[in-house]
Amino acid sequence: MRLFDLRLIIAFLFGLYGVVLVVIGFGFTTEEDLKKAEGVNINLWAGVAMVVLAVVFAAWATLRPQFADTDKEPLKEL
Amino acid sequence: MSILAEADLRLDAGPIDYALLLVYFVVVLGIGVMARRSVSSSLDFLLSGRSLPAWVTGLAFISANLGALELMGMTANGAQYGLATVHYYWIGAIPAMVFLGLVMMPFYYGSKVRSVPEFMRRRFGKPAHLVNAISFAVAQILIAGINLFALAVIIDALLGWPLPVSICVAALVVLAYTTLGGLSAAIYNEVLQFFVIVAALAPLTIIGLIKVGGWQGLVEKVTDKENLSAWPATELTGIDHPVWSVIGLVFGLGFVLSFGYWTTNFAEVQRAMSAKSMSAAKRTPIIGAYPKALIPAIIIIPGIIAAVIVPEMAQLKAGDTSSGVVYNNVLPLLMRDLLPNGILGIAITGLLASFMAGVAANVSSFNTVFTYDLWQDYVKKDRPDEYYLRIGRLATVGACVLAIGTAFIAAALGGSNIMDYIQALFSFFNAPLFATFILGMFWKRMTPTAGWVGLLAGTFTAIFIYVISEPSFGIELLELPGQGASFLGAGLAFVVDIVVSFGVSLVTRPKPDSELGGLVYSLTPKEDRAHSTTGEDAGWYRSPALLGGGVLALTTVLYFIFG
Repeated sequence: MRLFDLRLIIAFLFGLYGVVLVVIGFGFTTEEDLKKAEGVNINLWAGVAMVVLAVVFAAWATLRPQFADTDKEPLKEL
Repeated sequence: MSILAEADLRLDAGPIDYALLLVYFVVVLGIGVMARRSVSSSLDFLLSGRSLPAWVTGLAFISANLGALELMGMTANGAQYGLATVHYYWIGAIPAMVFLGLVMMPFYYGSKVRSVPEFMRRRFGKPAHLVNAISFAVAQILIAGINLFALAVIIDALLGWPLPVSICVAALVVLAYTTLGGLSAAIYNEVLQFFVIVAALAPLTIIGLIKVGGWQGLVEKVTDKENLSAWPATELTGIDHPVWSVIGLVFGLGFVLSFGYWTTNFAEVQRAMSAKSMSAAKRTPIIGAYPKALIPAIIIIPGIIAAVIVPEMAQLKAGDTSSGVVYNNVLPLLMRDLLPNGILGIAITGLLASFMAGVAANVSSFNTVFTYDLWQDYVKKDRPDEYYLRIGRLATVGACVLAIGTAFIAAALGGSNIMDYIQALFSFFNAPLFATFILGMFWKRMTPTAGWVGLLAGTFTAIFIYVISEPSFGIELLELPGQGASFLGAGLAFVVDIVVSFGVSLVTRPKPDSELGGLVYSLTPKEDRAHSTTGEDAGWYRSPALLGGGVLALTTVLYFIFG
């Protein structure tokens, strides 16, 4: 049983989401958007948080590569 | 249809929101394709080869429960009952999750059974097994259909796709990744979904809190001040007397209902069974308990906020139903009012992901019970493993097709009522099941006959209480609005099951001790219940007992602060 590392998928998805949101937050935020979110540039901040999450998971996966147990004894029929 | 009623909930989703949603679906299907390569036996497919680390199974454990019912229902409860809703988490989940990890998991994982019904078969034999396996399989298909229906309703409301199209598209996506990757794909997506849900709800809560002027502002603006204290929760329980209300909460919700649900529902326990070691299996529900204790902050608080800042919700709270909005609409309304494009796409993704993971959890636990407990035990025995792997895949297809069917039935019968009935039905089985399990695990004298007789007696008791307290049956001997009736029903079902099982055991013949090793406390050597403390299981921070004590302490502290 060889499973791929879930941490890298989390890092990929949130890295992508984070970057997109940061770009929206910096470049494409209208007054109306700001008003809706009580003056908070929520896309920017949420984007930054997601990039941080992605970096944490990527670092974890790099530093401790062992993820799932690779060779387990198959269970016998009970 | 009452989940989303007639109110206009269409969100102003732009191209970027759709793009973010699309990315998620691509990743989900990609997980299915990648997980397929790791599947070479039925156990890989149905139990992830028992190879997953505890943090993965732990997050999946709570995510499997974080579906449509939970998200819509608990935000709605937040708006309607306020802080009392925390009881569903702090009393209604945490103690049971710790108990499952520390007390029951040694038997589930240690006996190497592949499902909860299989434990039933080895402890009590076939009659009890068959009752449990069939009722579980049927309930999962019904609930999968209802989850699918709720998912389709939200797609319809948010994005404007017609109901039948959304039902089929959603079912196809779930089918695709669960048939390809089996439980691993389902669990991976549950973990992913957990983070997306947090990413969706946290900004909503933060902006909402800023809008009402922080926690202090919220406390001042809430009109119904009873919504700000968790005790004695008389509105929630429907029991007027405060002392009885608290007793109902602690014993009904906290003990019988929640222990029944969390410790015997295979859709949950399956996540722990797929962990890579006894230590990881014990830690699974306990690790899940930490986010479970904290998540009310981003589920219940938005509900309370919505009752203050969403105009339609405030009207409803004041008794004016003219806007057509119902409490279940809290999340879409808040998203509409607070989130700009971009983060709105993440929030829509989070909602859909959560609903979809709910369906996947139903389907992936159904196919295991169907394959191992029904097909292998009663239809075709002793075939090579590839055969059962194929059956597992076919069962997944069958489950999705049946769920589409039950989704249309739910649509025809009209949404949220049927959801309540199914939940009630399911609770008929859970409370007695817990009684039977707990007695069977700790009393070796309990006999196979007592196993199924006790179960039936308990279930009939719960049904009886339900019938005499449900107004729509017209024989309302007990007047208990709110949750009171189900607390009482579950409590009595538990007691009746214990008493009947005890009585029947005294006059029937028990199984010989030699057949009960690993299944009963007194006949399982201590070392078989213990977990390893070396290698991947080493370190004080991986001690299940310490982690369990930690989360109980955390919950107690939270009760002191917010209770």
